[in-house]
Amino acid sequence: MNYNTNNLSIKVENLERRFGNFTAVNKISFSVRRGEIFGLLGANGAGKTTTLRMLCGLLAPTSGTALIDNTDVARQPEKVRFKIGYMSQRFSLYEDLTVWENFRFYGGVYGMSAKDIRKKFEDLSQRLNFGEQADRLTRDLPLGWKQKLAFMVAAFHNPPVIFLDEPTSGVDPMVRRQFWDLIYESALAGTTIIVTTHYLDEAMYCDRLAIMAEGSIKAYGTPAGVLDEFKAVNMQEVFLKIAGKEALLQ
Amino acid sequence: MKAFIIKEIRHLLRDPRSLLILIGMPVAQILIFGYAITTDLKETDIAIVRQTNDPLSQLIIQHLDASQWFRIKKIETNSSRLENDFRRGEIRMTVALPDNMEKRLMQSSPLEIQLIGDASDPNTANLLAQYAKGIIRTTVAQSFPSQYSGIQVTSRMLYNEEIRSVFMFVPGTIVILLMLLSAIMTSISLTREKESGSMEVLLVSPLRPYEIILGKVIPYIGLSFLNAAIILLLARFLFGMPFRGSMALLLAETVLFIALALSLGIFISTITLTQQMAMLLSMFALMLPTILLSGFIFPIENMPLWLQYLSNLMPPRWFVVIIRGIMIRGIGLEYLWKETLILAGMTLIFILLSIKKFKLRLE
Repeated sequence: MNYNTNNLSIKVENLERRFGNFTAVNKISFSVRRGEIFGLLGANGAGKTTTLRMLCGLLAPTSGTALIDNTDVARQPEKVRFKIGYMSQRFSLYEDLTVWENFRFYGGVYGMSAKDIRKKFEDLSQRLNFGEQADRLTRDLPLGWKQKLAFMVAAFHNPPVIFLDEPTSGVDPMVRRQFWDLIYESALAGTTIIVTTHYLDEAMYCDRLAIMAEGSIKAYGTPAGVLDEFKAVNMQEVFLKIAGKEALLQ
Repeated sequence: MKAFIIKEIRHLLRDPRSLLILIGMPVAQILIFGYAITTDLKETDIAIVRQTNDPLSQLIIQHLDASQWFRIKKIETNSSRLENDFRRGEIRMTVALPDNMEKRLMQSSPLEIQLIGDASDPNTANLLAQYAKGIIRTTVAQSFPSQYSGIQVTSRMLYNEEIRSVFMFVPGTIVILLMLLSAIMTSISLTREKESGSMEVLLVSPLRPYEIILGKVIPYIGLSFLNAAIILLLARFLFGMPFRGSMALLLAETVLFIALALSLGIFISTITLTQQMAMLLSMFALMLPTILLSGFIFPIENMPLWLQYLSNLMPPRWFVVIIRGIMIRGIGLEYLWKETLILAGMTLIFILLSIKKFKLRLE
C-alpha cells in the first residue's frame, strides 16, 4: 500500500493525554489516508473517546500532535473545525425541531447559504427517500432514522473528515447495516471516516483499524492483517488475546 | 449565529406551555399583587374607650370617624368589654382616651393616649397606628396650638401618598421576572445542551463560544423585554401607577439588569452539569434572595446589620432602587449613577468569570 504523506488525511504522533496521575491516552501514533474508513476499537475506558475528543479539538493533548489535512488541531482549532463533521454518541438531533430545521440549523452553523442548504436538502431527501419526514418532529422518528439523519447532518457541509463516536449503539442489526451503507457511500466519495465502536463485527467493515486498551494501541492494521498477526479467526479472539496479555501482565 | 438564534426561537415556540407560563406568569403576578394582596386600608372598624365626654375627645372621635381609614364601631368606658370583639376580629384597633384631656393639657401634665392594635397582622396594625397617631396629633394641635405646637407631627407619605401597594409591587415583580426569565431560563437552556450532548457538537462546529452564548441569550432578551413592557403597561393603565421619570433611562437600566441576570445565568450554567442542578441553584441562589433581600417586600433598613451588608451583594436590591426612583420619584441618572455603576460592575464580573470557566471546560 502506498503511504505517501501527501495522501494522508490524519496523522497522529505520540499523542498523549493525562488527567492528573491517570494516563487516558499513552503516546499513540497512527495515520489515516484520504477516503479511508478507520475504526477505533476498544472496551469502555480504553481511551478511544479521549482520542477522538483530541482529534476534534474538544480536548487539548498533554503532548504530541494530531494533524488533520496538515493542520495542527491543537494550534489552529478554528481552521480544523470547518474540515470536520462530528456525530456524537450521546446526541444526534434536536428532538423538538423538525428534520428540515435540524439540517437548516447545522447548515447555517457551518456557514452554508440558505439556497445551498435548501438545494442540498432536497437532493438528499429525494435520493434517500425521506421527503415526507422533512416536516416531522425528530422525536417522532424511529431511532434508526434518527441515527441515519444524524450522520447526514454531520456530512451535510461536505467535510473532508467525519468523526463518528459509537454511531450505532443501541440500533438493531438491520439499521446498522443500512448505516454502514451510508458510511461506505461517503468514503467512496473521498471522505475520510473515523469511527469508534464496540461492536466487534463492525471492525470487519473498516478498511483499517486500531484496537486500544489502557490508553495504548495494541493492534493496528487491516482487519485481515490483525487477525493474521494474532492468529485468530475473528475479532472476538483478538480481543480476548489482548485482554489475556494484560491479565498476565497484571 | 443567525441560524443559532432562529433555532433557539424555534425551541421556545415549540413548547407553547412553557411559553404561556413565561408570558402568563407576569400578567398573573401583577394582577395578584395589584388586586389581591392589597395592604391599602379603608374604613377599618375600631373602638374607642373613654371615661368622660369632654369636647376634645369628642373632636378626636369625630376626626377619626371622618377619615377614610376608620369607622368607629363602639364607644365603651372600659377596655375589658372589648376583648371579645378583638378576638372575633370585629375591631382591629382600640383608641383609649384619658380623662379630662383638656384640663390636663392646660396644666401641661403628661397626656397619654393608648392605641391597642391587633398585631396578629403586624403590618396592618402598624399602619393603622400611624394613621391614628397622625389624626390625633393634628386634632390636638389644631385645638390647642399653644400647648401642642412643639410636638405637632404630620406624617404625610411622600411620593406614594395613598401608600398604594401596587406601586411597591410593580418594581418587585419586574425584578423577579427579569431575574427568573433571564437567569434561570438561560442557565437551564445552556445546561440542557450540555446534558444532551449537543454542546459537544456545537463546540466542534466553527461556532465560537461567544456566538453560542449570544445565540442563547438574544431570544431571552427579547422575551424579557416583552414581559417588562407588559408589566409596565398593566401597571400604568390598569392601576394608574405614576410614571414620573425618563422612559429611555428606565429601558436602558432594564437592559443593563437583563444583561446582569443573563451573565448570572451563564455563570450558573458553567458551574452546573444538569438541568435540575441549574434549576435548584437558580432558585436558591437567585429567587429567594431576590424576593427576601431586595427590599421590595421587607424593608432593608429593618434587617439586622449583617443581612443589610449581605443585601448589598444582591443585584436586584440596586435595581429596585433604580426602578422606584425613576418611576415613582422621577429622578434621573444624577441620583442613580451609583446603583447603575454597581450593576454594571457586577455584570462585568460575572461575564469575566463565565468566560474563564467556559474556557477551562474546553481545554
